[in-house]
Amino acid sequence: MHVSTDILTWVAVVLTVGIFSFLWKDNPFYKFCEHLFVGISLGYFISLTWYNAVYPDLFRPLFVQPLSEVSLGNKLLFIIPLLLGLCYFCRFIPRVSWLVRFPMAFVLGWGAGVTIPAVLQTSIIRQMQGTFLTPGIFARWDVFLWAIISFVGVVCSVLYFFFSREHKGALKVASETGIVFLMVGFGASFGYTVMARMSLLIGRFQFLLRDWLGLIQ
Amino acid sequence: MKRTIPLAIVLTMGITMMVQFFVPHPVSVGYYDLTTRWIRIVGAFALVLGTGSFIMFHSDKVRRRRQGWYYSIISLVALVVTTVIGLGWGIRPGSILQNVIYANFLVPLNASMFAILAFYMASAAYRAFRARTKEAALLLIAAFIVMLGMVPIGASIWGKLPELAEWVLSVPNMAAKRAIIFGVALGGIATSLKVILGIERGWLGGGKQ
Repeated sequence: MHVSTDILTWVAVVLTVGIFSFLWKDNPFYKFCEHLFVGISLGYFISLTWYNAVYPDLFRPLFVQPLSEVSLGNKLLFIIPLLLGLCYFCRFIPRVSWLVRFPMAFVLGWGAGVTIPAVLQTSIIRQMQGTFLTPGIFARWDVFLWAIISFVGVVCSVLYFFFSREHKGALKVASETGIVFLMVGFGASFGYTVMARMSLLIGRFQFLLRDWLGLIQ
Repeated sequence: MKRTIPLAIVLTMGITMMVQFFVPHPVSVGYYDLTTRWIRIVGAFALVLGTGSFIMFHSDKVRRRRQGWYYSIISLVALVVTTVIGLGWGIRPGSILQNVIYANFLVPLNASMFAILAFYMASAAYRAFRARTKEAALLLIAAFIVMLGMVPIGASIWGKLPELAEWVLSVPNMAAKRAIIFGVALGGIATSLKVILGIERGWLGGGKQ
């Protein structure tokens, strides 16, 4: 056993134990760590946003860079997002509170416009391409079989969500097959998520036993 | 004007962003890059608004001495100290923010917070995972195969278990996921179209103005 003498390791240990103390019950030690987590997370995010977005995209081109480096036209281009951003604060002035709709409209319009083609390409066309049976699947029997199972699974699972017709006859058979795939999918996703959390738990115990107590290598 | 201009902005931005996706011209790419920078800037202002709300909520709690007010002081002090360190000394690898705050405060807090979920998920699974029906049994079996297939004990129980777990994840699980992805994608596209065309106006807020 070789206990760490590093003060920062001890800080991390105290915080880890503080969060784990919630397993016993909600207590002041946990609440301290929880509130610390919230404050630090926000402060960290503010710092990242300043250095990754505000400074390089707004502050530097608008206020730091001279006109010899950035043209007046380009400088003026950055006034638009500045004004849009400032409109958010109009929310606190009742007479002009409606101006808050401007930045929201910009963000929503941009997001919706970017989402449609991107989602269409990645979540529909690419997924359909992955589901379709192609000549390549005949190269090996196992690939062929898994491709057929996958295809049947996708079609039946989609049909399970088809509520425009009563589920009877062939549709009933298909939707019941779909449930089988969906249940296996939910179970697998649950198992996968549990194992991801387990891996974090193992990581914390490794930290306590190796970095702090020096009990394991 | 109070409603028409925002709706016009949504329509213009939505259509131009959709069109630029299919036009690989430098002007179109430049437009995308510029608006992406603008979005980051506008998003940063929203962060200021959120931070302001956070500070107001906690300072009000402290001022009125509401239950647990002393914890609010911790949140406020943590926010100020982290922000001052981050803005003052930078965010580069090796900086105080990364080496001290991130590595020794944020990582243990974050990892521990999510790690305790393992206990709650196991407890929830114990109560919920009862093979009462055929479907519940399927869910249970799939979860066990995936969980055991990912740890060394699974391979020592049966050598083919990791392979089976991999198969469950990549064939039936993928099929179910794809069906759900189709639904989510179509829902997302429909909602986006409703926003662009001004059919969905909830974001404008209530009132006649």
